[in-house]
Amino acid sequence: MIYKKPDMSRYNFVLLGMILLFSSCFKEYKGKINIDGSSSVYPITEAVAEEFRKIDPDIRVTVGVSGTGGGFKKFLRGETDISNASRPISAKELEASRAAGIEFIEIPVCYDGMAVVVSPKNDFVDYVTVAELKKMWSPESQGKIKTWKQVRDSWPDVPLNLYGAGTSSGTYDYFTEAINGKAKASRGDYTASEDDNVLVQGVSSDRGSLGYFGLAYYTENKSKLKLIPVKLTEESEAIFPTEITVQNGSYQPLSRPEFIYVNLKSAQLPHIQKFVKFYMENAAKLALEVGYVPLPVEAYRLSYERFTKGHTGSVFENKSVVGANLLQLLSTHQ
Amino acid sequence: MASKKFKSEKLIEWTMLLCSMVSVLTTIGIILVLSIDSIKFFEEVSFVDFLTDKQWTPLFEDKHFGIMSLLSGTLLTTTIAIIVAVPVGLSIAVFLNEYASKRFTSIVKPLLEVLAAVPTVVYGFFALQFVTPMLQKVIPSLAGFNALSPGLVMGIMIIPYITSLSEDALRAVPNSLREASYGLGANRFQTAFKVMVPAANSGIVVSIILAVSRALGETMIVAIAAGQQPKLTFNPLESVETITTYIVQVSMGDVPQDSMEYRTIFAAGMTLFVFTFILNNLSFWIRKKYQQRYE
Amino acid sequence: MSPKIKDTLFRIFAIFCTTLGLATLLILLVDITIKGITRVNWSFFTNLPSRLPEQSGIYTALAGMVSLLLFTLLIALPIGILSGIYLEEYGKKNRLANFIEINISNLAGVPSVIYGILGLELFVRLAGLGNSILAGALTLSLLIMPILIVSTREAIKAVPNSLREAAFGMGATKWQTTSRVVLPAAFGGILTGIILSTSRALGETAPLIVVGALAYVPFIPEGPMDQYTTLPIQIFNWTSRPQQGFVINAAAGIIVLLLFTFILNGIAIYLRNRWYKKTAI
Repeated sequence: MIYKKPDMSRYNFVLLGMILLFSSCFKEYKGKINIDGSSSVYPITEAVAEEFRKIDPDIRVTVGVSGTGGGFKKFLRGETDISNASRPISAKELEASRAAGIEFIEIPVCYDGMAVVVSPKNDFVDYVTVAELKKMWSPESQGKIKTWKQVRDSWPDVPLNLYGAGTSSGTYDYFTEAINGKAKASRGDYTASEDDNVLVQGVSSDRGSLGYFGLAYYTENKSKLKLIPVKLTEESEAIFPTEITVQNGSYQPLSRPEFIYVNLKSAQLPHIQKFVKFYMENAAKLALEVGYVPLPVEAYRLSYERFTKGHTGSVFENKSVVGANLLQLLSTHQ
Repeated sequence: MASKKFKSEKLIEWTMLLCSMVSVLTTIGIILVLSIDSIKFFEEVSFVDFLTDKQWTPLFEDKHFGIMSLLSGTLLTTTIAIIVAVPVGLSIAVFLNEYASKRFTSIVKPLLEVLAAVPTVVYGFFALQFVTPMLQKVIPSLAGFNALSPGLVMGIMIIPYITSLSEDALRAVPNSLREASYGLGANRFQTAFKVMVPAANSGIVVSIILAVSRALGETMIVAIAAGQQPKLTFNPLESVETITTYIVQVSMGDVPQDSMEYRTIFAAGMTLFVFTFILNNLSFWIRKKYQQRYE
Repeated sequence: MSPKIKDTLFRIFAIFCTTLGLATLLILLVDITIKGITRVNWSFFTNLPSRLPEQSGIYTALAGMVSLLLFTLLIALPIGILSGIYLEEYGKKNRLANFIEINISNLAGVPSVIYGILGLELFVRLAGLGNSILAGALTLSLLIMPILIVSTREAIKAVPNSLREAAFGMGATKWQTTSRVVLPAAFGGILTGIILSTSRALGETAPLIVVGALAYVPFIPEGPMDQYTTLPIQIFNWTSRPQQGFVINAAAGIIVLLLFTFILNGIAIYLRNRWYKKTAI
């Protein structure tokens, strides 16, 4: 048998390729910032990172979408510098942070207004009160409240089809606490989805539908949906969620704050400080661009002060985030 | 010199043995990962409740931990997928092998393999935004989220698993058998199903087992199109939730990770693992009984 | 029913099935192309992710995906194929071997997220690889290994024993027989396995996110320890954003992903066709 000598030039090429592949494991950067967490907060953090890169491309910022829970887990193991969170840190997570010796600075970055919407085909709803929403969504209503008429007598006898957030999302926790009084207390027979775009589709075509999701999804789909103002009590005014009403707190209780949590050790590093400063200076403008609502200017100032002074801990320890007055909480903990 | 060859042979054999151990180690790893948190879970929830409760509501205030609702969702969607994929996939494989020209096969087989290459996210949205509305025209009572739509789409996705592997198996059957059959006066149909398929049945059964496993573990298609309402039902027109959807929903969501709610995904994952294991054991036992080996 | 009628009926049924499969594929492709083709231009390929849909691109995602795939195949192919060879050719046919076979098939049914969690504990944390491409590649390798092993085993099983015995008869050792006779004969089936498993790896999202693949990465990876993002993750992220422009982006991303998969598959299929011709089956 003729023995063919192996083609050495080809092997050399492969070897060169492998050396190149593995060579730059050792590149140097001015600084790296690892951010991970909620996919709701992601758009605004991405926007900040994007703009930040224009002023300082040598600081390498990366952002993940593991979810608030996954993000906190990594954060509390010291694997990330900043955690995006659509809810405050939970009691168990606080415990874990103390056990792990990880101190953090809690910084609210924007509001996410929750829009209550119905189909454009719905011609009978003018406003809805929190009490009525509770009637629609409470656990006791499961299997019982099935038509609009059952909620308010003047409404027609049209089937009530509910669309809402998936049960593992911060939106769900917040909505249930705000409307039903206890987080996670909700009827189970509704169409749930993590993907708000899917909810938009569902609500849009169904005359008897009612849904809730982030304001941005209403704003982007105005022609397909009808926005319903909410009355906190029967006597109060019916308020539409807009940038103004969410920011000044008049749209209650369905405005929830979103946060970033910064590792205290990371907060000592100059490149992190530069980034957080940039975040606070630009969050208002960028929040609007991605569909969120900016906090009042004072809130950003107070938060940044907490950051520079290194005030750790959560202002929401043992407190509910629903209806919370951020300005008050941020200033009393100075 | 003989010993040198022998040593290198042994070395190669050992290397391959080590490689095979990877799959064993993987299983051990998965069992460990699933068990550690499952055990913690079962410290707080009774095993009997887990198996018999009709509701699965760990993320609601009123918590129920009945795995049967999730399991029925998984079974429902998988069954629909298999009902589609096995007859279709097998028929195509037989057709390509026995009836079609080589040219036809060389074009169609790769095209069908493309079906396996479409990202499952794409299939999920296809099921939700195209298949479901289309089906709703024919079946008005079909819910926006249902088990039928993702089941059908999953079935189409796994056609290449069955077709390609079965076709390979059929191709490997010695031509002598085929010619003998024709020589006895059988037509294509008879040759295909009475001679070729039984001869290749080991490979065919393996492909089906693989396809079933794939369907059971499929995540994205059902996560997007089947819904998030766990329901103990066998009605494909209703919204259901599968074990895989639940796992992905919680692991990528906002639930704190050291909580009981989070640990439910390990109990659910363990259930799926055990179930698939039992199923696979059954299939292999069946296969062993009917295996044929030809020369 | 006469045999002839059965024959014709089956033929019709089979053609119907084939058409069903191909038609679905066609509808999918046409639908996606209509939705996304407007965004597929040069800037789409060279832009980084952005909050503005028109300026958002897949540059780093594509690079990350290619690197990830490269490392995954580098790891999974040798281990998977060698495992398949050993289990089929060398392994003793005892109960342990049976158990392993069932086991591997079982692994194919484990939800991909679980592989993500395993990878997180094992590669990211225990082995200290962090959220690097290497950790992601190792995780994906575990994910696709069962498909590779099963296909390899079936391919080898189908090789007629007469070939092996002829080789032994000529004095070849076990490895010589395996590498020079059995493997070439099984090459086509092994390629099928490679095609199916690569396709699987390319489309995965959830396990990679768990194991640390990111969504915003402003650089292309330069080594296996770098952080990364992938195209499926970008697509997944874009589908959940409210801005209408992102729907187009997602469709465009899918077009690119499919194109990429077709090219890869195409290469493998070309090789397999050549093998089919050579062995003239």
